[in-house]
Amino acid sequence: MKTLKISTIYFVLSVLFISCGDDDSIPEIINEEEIITTVTLTLTPGTGDVIILQTRDLDGEGPNVPITTISGALSTNTTYAGSLEFLNETQSPADNITEEVIEEAEEHQVFYTISTGLNITTTYIDFDSNGNPLGTAITLITGEASAGSLRVTLRHEPTKPNTGIDNAGGETDVTTSFNIEID
Amino acid sequence: MRLYAVLLLLFSSMLSYSQDCNATLYGTLLDVHDGSILSGATIVVAQTGTAVQTDLDGLFTITRLCNSTYQLQVSHPSCTTKAFSIRIQGDLQKTFKLEHHLEALNEIIVKGDAAKQTQTLYENKIDAETISQFSSGSLGDALNSLSGVSSLNTGNAVVKPMINGLHSSRIVLINNGVRMQDQEWGAEHAPSIDINSAGSIKVIKGAGALQYGGNAIGGVIITEAPKVPLLDSLYGKTTITGATNGRGGAVTSSLTKSYENGWYGTLQGTLKRFGDFEAPDYVLSNTGLFERNFSARFGINRIDYGLEAYYSYFRNEIGILRASHVGGAEDQVRAIASPEPLIIRDFTYDIGSPRQDVTHHLARIRGFKEVENLGRVTVQYDFQQNNRFEYDVRRGEDDQASVDLDLKTHTLGIDLKSTLSEKIKISTGISGEYQNNFANPETGVRRLIPDYDRYSVAAFFTGNYQMNEQWLLEAGARFDYTYMDALKFYRKSFWEARGYDTEFPDLVIQENGNQVLTNPKLSYYNPSFTIGSTYAFGEVYTLFANYSLASRAPNASELFSEGLHHSASRIELGDLRFDTEISHKVSLTLQRKEEKFDFAITPYSNTINNFILIEPTGIQQTIRGNFQVWEYRQTQAQLFGVDIDASIVLFDQVRFIHQFSLVKGYDRSQDESLINMPAVSTLNTIAYNNTNFRNLSIRLQSDYVFAQNEFPNNNFEVQLEETIETVDVSTPPDAYHLVHLNASIEALSNVYIGLNLHNIFNTSYRNYLNRLRYYADDIGRNISLQVKVNY
Repeated sequence: MKTLKISTIYFVLSVLFISCGDDDSIPEIINEEEIITTVTLTLTPGTGDVIILQTRDLDGEGPNVPITTISGALSTNTTYAGSLEFLNETQSPADNITEEVIEEAEEHQVFYTISTGLNITTTYIDFDSNGNPLGTAITLITGEASAGSLRVTLRHEPTKPNTGIDNAGGETDVTTSFNIEID
Repeated sequence: MRLYAVLLLLFSSMLSYSQDCNATLYGTLLDVHDGSILSGATIVVAQTGTAVQTDLDGLFTITRLCNSTYQLQVSHPSCTTKAFSIRIQGDLQKTFKLEHHLEALNEIIVKGDAAKQTQTLYENKIDAETISQFSSGSLGDALNSLSGVSSLNTGNAVVKPMINGLHSSRIVLINNGVRMQDQEWGAEHAPSIDINSAGSIKVIKGAGALQYGGNAIGGVIITEAPKVPLLDSLYGKTTITGATNGRGGAVTSSLTKSYENGWYGTLQGTLKRFGDFEAPDYVLSNTGLFERNFSARFGINRIDYGLEAYYSYFRNEIGILRASHVGGAEDQVRAIASPEPLIIRDFTYDIGSPRQDVTHHLARIRGFKEVENLGRVTVQYDFQQNNRFEYDVRRGEDDQASVDLDLKTHTLGIDLKSTLSEKIKISTGISGEYQNNFANPETGVRRLIPDYDRYSVAAFFTGNYQMNEQWLLEAGARFDYTYMDALKFYRKSFWEARGYDTEFPDLVIQENGNQVLTNPKLSYYNPSFTIGSTYAFGEVYTLFANYSLASRAPNASELFSEGLHHSASRIELGDLRFDTEISHKVSLTLQRKEEKFDFAITPYSNTINNFILIEPTGIQQTIRGNFQVWEYRQTQAQLFGVDIDASIVLFDQVRFIHQFSLVKGYDRSQDESLINMPAVSTLNTIAYNNTNFRNLSIRLQSDYVFAQNEFPNNNFEVQLEETIETVDVSTPPDAYHLVHLNASIEALSNVYIGLNLHNIFNTSYRNYLNRLRYYADDIGRNISLQVKVNY
C-alpha cells in the first residue's frame, strides 16, 4: 500500500516533468556596437603621395591580433594634414565611430605619442566646445630622415585639459603603434 | 482540528510567609532542544481557571496565587498538552524548558526547521538579533561574522559568501525553502536576498544536506522565516538604521497576523539607500546603493496539513567604484600604481556607471499532509525570475545596459519524511527543474552568457539511525541529471583557434560573418553521497564526523565565457569540454556545549577532482590595447583547514568569544597555491550583557586578518612606450586589524536602541578577497545608530 502511494505520486510528477518540449528559437546575432575595429590615419601632404596608416582588428578581443599596414614612407620636411577615422567593421555597412567621438568631443581625446629619434611633431587642429584639443584632425610635420614609432591613443573620459597622455587618465578605447620611416 | 502537544514545567519554590493570595509566578518558556523561545503557549491554572499566554519573548505572568499547590496545564501548538503540579510559596521566578514536538509547527514555515538539515555536520547559526544588527548591510556581511565563512567582494556592497574558501556555484543558498537561482556563477554577483526577510540563518559547511542539492561542494546557506505562533495575534517589528559612512540608512518593517485556527499572514518590506561610501582618505566615487524589497506570505498551518504561499521581490541598484573601470593592461598599470583611485569626485547619492541593477522575483507555494502509515508528504512549486542589468561606462547612450540577462526557473518537488521506528527516520524526494536564460540582444554587446534551456531532475534518499543515546548514524544519496541546450554565438576566430571546428563541427547551425551560431547540447549525470555519525559523550561533548561526495556540473559561465569581461578588465574564456567537478570532503567537529565554556573545533579536508578554476594564461593584443587572458581549466585541488568557535564566561555577565578560521588551498596538478583563498583570520569579542538592566549589551570586537602568504604568481608584463612594466595582480595586501564597538539597550519596553562603531580607528586597509583592492582602500569608520521597535 505504502509503495503504491509513493509510486503513484512519483508517476504523476514524472509526467509533469516530461511535458517540456524542445522549441529552439534562433537568437538574434549581436555585432558589437561599441567596438572599434579599424583606425585609419590619412596623411595628406601639400604635394606628393597620400600616406595611409591603418590598424584593423576585425575579431575585437578574439584571438587574432590587430594587423597594421602603412602605405609608404613619409617625406622629409613636409607638412601633412592628418585625418583620423575610427570604424566598426563588424557592422555592415561599417559604422563610423569618428562621428560619435566628435559628438562627444568633451569626453574624448586622441593622443599622438612619438618615440625619441623620430623627427615628427603633431599639432591639434580640432577642439571641443571648451576649447580643449580633440585630435581627430591634426597637422603633422616631418623633419630630417629618421625612423621610430607613432602611437595613436584614444582615451574616453580623460581629464581635460591635460598636459599630455601621462596625466590625462581616462580609459583607453584604442591604442595602436605605427612604425614610421621618414626618408 | 487542533492537536496540542504538552509541555511541562518543573518548579522550585521560594518562600514567603504571607497567607494572602498575592503571590506571582513569573515564567519563561523555552524549548528543551535548542533553548528557543516558545511564544503563544497557553497556561491554564486548573484550580482557578485563570489562563495566560506566553508573549513573544516566551514570558508569562500569573498573579494572585495563594501559597498552595496548583495544577498547571501547559499547551503549545506544536507540543502535546500535559498537566503539572507546582507548589507556590510567595513570588516565584522560573525558566521552564518544554519538550517541543518535532516538526510540528515549523514544518510549513521552513521545511525541517525543527530538525537539523543534517545530523552529522556541525551547523553555524545566526540568530534574529544578529541579523537585525546587519539590517542595513547585506546577507554576506552577516555571514562574514561566522567562522569559516568569508566573502568575495566587489567593493563593499557586492558581498558574495564564501564557505571554507569556496564560492559561487559551489554554494547552495536556500531562501525560505527555495534554492536561489540568481546567476550565482559570477564572482561579482551577490545573492539576491534581503537579509531582513530572514528570521535565522544557518550555514552547513559541507554537502551533507542532500535534500537541497548534490552540488554544494562548498556548503549550504539556509535562511529561514521567523516562526508564526498559532494564536490570535497581530505583531510586528520596525528597524531604522542611519549610518555616517555612505550617509544613508535602512528601514525595514514586518507585520504578522495570526489566528488560532492556523491561518496567518506576514508582510515585510525593506528600503535601503546609501550614497558614496568613504575610505579613510577619500570618497569611493560611485559606490552608492538603492535597495527595495518586499515579501508577503500567507497560509494555514494545522498539525496534519498545511499550505503556504510566499512571494518576494528584491531589487538592488549598486554603483561600482568608478575608478575600477579601466581599459586594457596599460590602464591597469596606471590604476594599480596610483596610491589613490584615479577618479575621486565629491560625495553624491547619484549612482552612475558602472553599476548593477538586479531584480529578483521569487514565488513559492507549498503544502504538506501527514499521511497515516506513510509520513509527511510535502509538495512545493516555485518560480524565480532574475533580471540582471550591468551598465558600463560607454560611448553614446549611457542608459543602455551592457549586460541584460533574464533567468527564469521553475521547480517542482515532492518529498516524504517518515519515521519508521523510534530510531530510524528517512527522508526521500524527487524534483524537477526547468530553467531558461535569455540574453537581450539590444545591449549591442556580445552575450556574456548565451541563451539556454536547462532541464534537471533529481532524486534523493537520506536516513538516520539513532543507535543509542551516544551514537547516531546518517547516510544519504542523491542523483542529479542535467541537460543543457544552449544557443551560442562564437567568434569564428576563437572557434577555430580552440579547435572546436574540427572537434564539434556538428554543433554549428549558422555562419554569420565573423561569428558562428552553435547549438551545444550537454548532459551531466551527478551522483552524490554522504555518510556520517555523531557520538555524544561526557554530558557536554559531541563529536561529529562526516564524509560527503558532491558532484557539480559546470555552469554556463565556465562552459561558454568567451570575451572581454569589462568589470574585470580581462578576457575570460570557458571551455565546452568541461566535465563534472567531484569533491570528497571529510570534516570532524568536536563540540562542547555548556553555559560557561563552549567551543566547536572543525578541521576538514576537501579534495576536488576536475576543480574548475580561472587563471591567467597570456596576453591578448587588441586594438584597445593588451588584455590579460584568463582561461578556465580543470585541475586537482586540495583544500584543508580548521574553524574554531569558542566562548567562555570570564566573570558575571562578561563573556569572551573567539573565532579562528584557516584554510589552505593547493592546485595539485600545477603544484601551486589556489588563487583567492581567504587569509587566516581571527575575531575576538568581549561581550557584556546585563539582562537585569534594560538588556544592556556592549561588545568590543577585534577583527584581525593576516596577510595571505600563499598565492599563485599571475603577474604579467606589458610593454609601455619605452619600458616593460610588470603588472602585479597577485601580491595580496598587508594584514590589518580593525576594532569595532557595538552597544544596545532596551530604552523603553520593546524599544531597542543600538550604536555601532565599525572600524573605530578609521584604519586604511585592503582585503585580498575584494576584487577592487587594486584600485581603492576598503571603507573607513562607520558610525550607525539603530532603533528597533517591536509591537
